[in-house]
Amino acid sequence: MGKHFIPIWFFIGALLVLYGALILGSGIYGLFVPPSHPVAMSDLHIGIWWGAGMLILGLAYVVRFRPNRKDG
Amino acid sequence: MAAVWFFQGANARLSLGPIDLVIIVVYFMLVLGIGLYLKKYTHTGEQFFMAGREMSAWIAGLSFISANLGSLEMMGYAAATYQYGILVAHAYWIGAIPAILFLALVMMPFYYICNTHSVPGYLKLRYGEGARSLSAISFAVMTILMSGINMYSMAIIMKVILGWDIHFSIWISSLTVALYVMAGGLLSAIFNEVLQFFLIWIGCAVIPVVGLIETGGWAGMVHRIQTNFPGQDFIHMWSTTGSFTGNPMGVHWTGIVFGWGLAISFGYWTTDFLVVQRVMAAKDLRSAQLGTVIGAFFKMMVPLIVILPGLLALAVLPFHLVPENQAGQLGVHTYNEALPLMLARYCGPGLLGLGVTALVAGFMSGMAGNVTAFTTVWTYDIYKPFIRKDAADSHYVSMGRWCALLGVFVSIGTAYLVMNFSSIIVYAQVIFVFFIVPMFGTVILGMLWKRTTPAAGFWGLLAGILTSFGLWLWVKVDPSALQHVAFSAQAKDMAENIYRAMWSLIANVVVTVVVSLFTKPKPQHELKGLVYGLMEIAPEGQFPVFQRPVTWAAAVAVGFLVLNVWFW
Repeated sequence: MGKHFIPIWFFIGALLVLYGALILGSGIYGLFVPPSHPVAMSDLHIGIWWGAGMLILGLAYVVRFRPNRKDG
Repeated sequence: MAAVWFFQGANARLSLGPIDLVIIVVYFMLVLGIGLYLKKYTHTGEQFFMAGREMSAWIAGLSFISANLGSLEMMGYAAATYQYGILVAHAYWIGAIPAILFLALVMMPFYYICNTHSVPGYLKLRYGEGARSLSAISFAVMTILMSGINMYSMAIIMKVILGWDIHFSIWISSLTVALYVMAGGLLSAIFNEVLQFFLIWIGCAVIPVVGLIETGGWAGMVHRIQTNFPGQDFIHMWSTTGSFTGNPMGVHWTGIVFGWGLAISFGYWTTDFLVVQRVMAAKDLRSAQLGTVIGAFFKMMVPLIVILPGLLALAVLPFHLVPENQAGQLGVHTYNEALPLMLARYCGPGLLGLGVTALVAGFMSGMAGNVTAFTTVWTYDIYKPFIRKDAADSHYVSMGRWCALLGVFVSIGTAYLVMNFSSIIVYAQVIFVFFIVPMFGTVILGMLWKRTTPAAGFWGLLAGILTSFGLWLWVKVDPSALQHVAFSAQAKDMAENIYRAMWSLIANVVVTVVVSLFTKPKPQHELKGLVYGLMEIAPEGQFPVFQRPVTWAAAVAVGFLVLNVWFW
């Protein structure tokens, strides 16, 4: 793709970082303040795992595809 | 631990928390922001309508599959899986993969090298104005109708599941799509579709992961389904299709192979400009072909986030879902709620917002696909040849921008029309079979057979459309005709569509061949670059094996065969 655009992968990474942080934070909050109506399999604390995974993936994308990267 | 269900009957809905709402609002802001950011890169017609033809294989491929992955399709196929079982995965495997690989390896060179803007544009070059006009007008009508139907169906689901006002859902989502397409054209649509692809997968993948943990894996899930629905086979794809009555769909394997796998699948994947436009925007032919193969791979994987949740719903939901016509009874949920119900079952705060965003993203990617395809076909295949022939490029770009807005408004109008005549929804698939399936015969004969004449291109296409419409009308007037059209009086709607598509394609091919034999073909020098044998394609020899489209297409084909045998 033309190098004049900010790569779409950077936008995706930034969104995953933000969403990952929100979902991870929400999951950790749920550890200490369990919801009144827990979802099925809530003892898995899937929000923590999913949020952390999104955060790591998003960070990797942001770093790899940041706009001013020399070889990007 | 025992699951606590927070649906409390038909009137209860998912309750979104503040974090869920933040996730949804951020998504809307980002897609609009991307559209506005890309506006400065779309000045010429080539940039606005074809994204400058500089997309990489990955971007073209993910956009190609994302435009197809509408939320209605996701929820619809999850619902169909609850109803018919894993048989529905045929839509993703035999109903997609052979056709997509055929598009990549055989048809894409023709589309790409002739440098046209659209599929009707190819028909203009190959057959002349008659076939182009018929295909452009029928495609434009179909796109707007489908867009409106999808929009209304999505709004209904948002109302049932989230309690959102129908008008709010329709206007906010549609205007967002209109704004970002107006601003950045196909470029903006493609960028957002890649983003939406990630959201759809990450948002929906929670269900199969947690669901399989809950059921104890695939074997546990199958055991639960057999316990919940004794005597019914939901988990075999081919072994129950030896007779019309052996499977819940009422379809024979011949219908699946020739109707679904050939007529519907090849019609949609190789000639529906909504999807083909994405890969035509790739930077070179090899990227267009590789992008298509990448799309095929991810299409093959979609059952993980659509079919598997439908099967898990059969296994774990503590109640049975019912058909749409039984909706409205207290405490009853319909098939269409299978996917949202599973989201609600496993997704807590944050993840629920992500799941809902995935559904909204699916809707928007599908709608942006409709809008950009409509915009291009309207501008280049209807407005330019028939209304204003010799305007400046900037005029057509301006027409494209306003057409995006106009297309959305007409779609919204269609959505309100559907609201008053809801039975139109039932006809969505029927409309598709009317217009798209016959196009495949016309395009492929034009590409592979030099003898196909301009007159045959027009009459074959018309014959296919009229056959499909005539058969539909015949069954409408005389329901007993179903046993002739679909070979079984027990055929369900989906099976009837499959067989009607097959007849439509046969009529198209027969008329095209017969008319060709009696009319005058174009001289060969006019067919250069348009027909097999008269086109020069640069050999791939200079690329390593692992960079060639044919290598990856073969890998996907092997995966396709393995999956079909595995779930036989």
